[in-house]
Amino acid sequence: MTEANLDGQQASAAEESIPMTGAQMVWEAFVREGVKTVFGHPGGAILPTYDALASYEAAGKIHHVLVRHEQGAAHMADGYARATGRVGVCICTSGPAATNLVTGLATALMDSVPVVAVTGQVPTNLLGTDAFQESDVVGVTQPVTKHNYLVTDVSELPMILKEAFYIAREGRPGPVLIDICKDVQNATGEFRYDMTVDLPGFEPWPTVDMSKIQQAADLINQAERPLILAGHGIKLAGVSRELLEMVERAEIPVVTTLLGAGDIPETHPLSLGMGGMHGEAYANRAVQGCDVLIAMGMRFDDRITGSLDRFAKQAKIIHFELDKAEVGKNVVPDLPVIGNLGETLPALLSLIEQRKHPDWLAELNVWREDSGQTDIINYEVDELIPPYVIRQLWHSTKDTERGPAIIVTDVGQHQMWESQYFVHEFSGQLLTSGGLGTMGYALPAAIGAQMAHPDRLVWAVVGDGGFQMTLQELAVLKQERDLPVKIAIINNGFLGMVRQWQQLFYERRYVGTPIVAPDFVKLADAYGIPALAVRKPEDVSGAFKQALETPGPFLIDFRVKEELNVYPMVASGAAVDQMIRRPKPAVVQGFSGVEPSW
Amino acid sequence: MKHTLIAWMRDKPGVLNRVSGMLRRRNFNIDSLQVSHSETPGISRMTFVVDGNERMVDQVISQMRKVVDVTRVEDISSKPSVVRELALIRVQTNAETRSDIVQMVNIYRGEVVDVALESMVVQIVGSEDRVDSLIELLNNFGIIEMVRTGRVAVVRGMTERKHRRSTAVWRARANGYENMDEERLTTGGV
Repeated sequence: MTEANLDGQQASAAEESIPMTGAQMVWEAFVREGVKTVFGHPGGAILPTYDALASYEAAGKIHHVLVRHEQGAAHMADGYARATGRVGVCICTSGPAATNLVTGLATALMDSVPVVAVTGQVPTNLLGTDAFQESDVVGVTQPVTKHNYLVTDVSELPMILKEAFYIAREGRPGPVLIDICKDVQNATGEFRYDMTVDLPGFEPWPTVDMSKIQQAADLINQAERPLILAGHGIKLAGVSRELLEMVERAEIPVVTTLLGAGDIPETHPLSLGMGGMHGEAYANRAVQGCDVLIAMGMRFDDRITGSLDRFAKQAKIIHFELDKAEVGKNVVPDLPVIGNLGETLPALLSLIEQRKHPDWLAELNVWREDSGQTDIINYEVDELIPPYVIRQLWHSTKDTERGPAIIVTDVGQHQMWESQYFVHEFSGQLLTSGGLGTMGYALPAAIGAQMAHPDRLVWAVVGDGGFQMTLQELAVLKQERDLPVKIAIINNGFLGMVRQWQQLFYERRYVGTPIVAPDFVKLADAYGIPALAVRKPEDVSGAFKQALETPGPFLIDFRVKEELNVYPMVASGAAVDQMIRRPKPAVVQGFSGVEPSW
Repeated sequence: MKHTLIAWMRDKPGVLNRVSGMLRRRNFNIDSLQVSHSETPGISRMTFVVDGNERMVDQVISQMRKVVDVTRVEDISSKPSVVRELALIRVQTNAETRSDIVQMVNIYRGEVVDVALESMVVQIVGSEDRVDSLIELLNNFGIIEMVRTGRVAVVRGMTERKHRRSTAVWRARANGYENMDEERLTTGGV
């Protein structure tokens, strides 16, 4: 091939630039990025961009979901992203709208969720004048985004849009915000989208040091009491199959973090479930008893480690992690393996030998049986309690035609009960705000997840406190043609987790925790959503059945026992094996029809 | 221990804010911070001094590298380098003290850059210690006003790589890292 030919080919391969307005560029870039759904709320400074949306909606290229509060938009984009692994997109106007996004962006940043947020900004000539609905959005969102942009020149917009998606998606995912001045949206510029992103300071995928993998494999192959601590990274890298293969080949038990729920199926004999503050006692004892701790795609959050001074001191710690800043931040590993788990885990797998650890597993099983006897919850058979509701939820969803449900939880006691009593079967089954602990997350995130998977069964499990933070998004279910999100409110009349801490550490002074709620059934009715309240244990399974059989959304208000604590529990600052156990049962018996298999 | 770090960053609006904001919210203890142009157009150079142990400095560097606009970060504390600070000090004078002050300034290889009847402005360039100690002396005469830059530094031109390796191995062992990877060793444990 001659040089001329080569040049000719390159010239024809290059995209021709098209003149369009900044507003059109936004949607054009979304289409090129494969975005089909955006969550947003219009307003003055973003009006030109909304106007340009009309033709994209008419052509069926982009569907806009109108939220009732911008926080909802960010959580919906987050839920959409978590449910698909793709970048979630939200859009809103300047000032108060943009500041309303902050909680959602912070949630996404803490949990490594790829989100692109577009906000309108006052025109460039008004910047810094305290114009109507002006706020320093780039300043405000800087600590809660992976990166952000203020666009004051339309010629920069296409590249910024491309960079934003690139940064949000590549490496450890996170939210990116683009603040676009109104005059830039109106201005006309040249649009093309085949440029190469050139960010010299952005290294999303560090080079893997293969010698580290060999060292890790040696440690693992020689271990007598190995344990894997698996986190969100397994899901982000999409390597739960490889993880399972390694676990089975080398017979290594697995403890997960909250966001790692389902990294291997929790029905698997080698799954010990969640560890940490409200993890099972045997899972935490395993952490404190292993000789090699293999941490994968997790960041040693204080909720999983308890006291750092006493965390797995006996073990050699291997830390597989993409983000170098997480290595040595909380726990200094003996062997750091920095890199994408999608590369490191398959490489490791090829070096892992077949092993059996009968003694270690036997010991774990003793602990498991022991905690099964002593950690069993004190059931009072005539009362409705959340663990029972969660267990029934699992029973009602596991064998449906639509496949296993996606569960979206809010934050608090119900979140912990869900993680303890629901049996997660796959990585990504549970969507929850782990790092930031954002109350009000569940309903909007469930809407996002349901928009991503219209045919899947999506349950929002939410407390009466958290639900009241974002319940206005119920209207979205109606507006989106009866979006079939099912909602289970675990209603105990308290901000339960705070009340639990007040009971345990503040001598039962319940300050600010008793919470009055509206009649949720009437509320749902006002929104046109079928609902019922459940007060007795024997009505639970029937209610779940009715929810499944009713097309569209459904809400169940579970009026559960008021003062019940989540156990086991590691008090803040204690070592993870110093647990407050579940109280010994006065009555060890389940309700009729439920196996006591906690 | 105090560490001198150098960061290069794209000269974009708000980049200083991004970096200083990150340092603040991660609760890192910064002694001084100085930004200027570098030899490359479009790239700014920041010299900053962090007070902390090896692990904390490692964290600062890793977190710094995550700031998208930061293109490179280096810890030069363990390398032979030229480190300077500049101070301008307006000190009270009178006929009796003037010559004493000039003499002291000369000993410190400073310069008198402005003289008035009742004060003079002294310029001193040197290591932090030297600047500190001259300031202490001049304090006896009464300092009216003072301004000083943060630390600025460049690495001396020697066989850098060899030096980097040996100091990094030492630092790694001192820090309890048995198995340092090659990349960490050759970049000075950073």
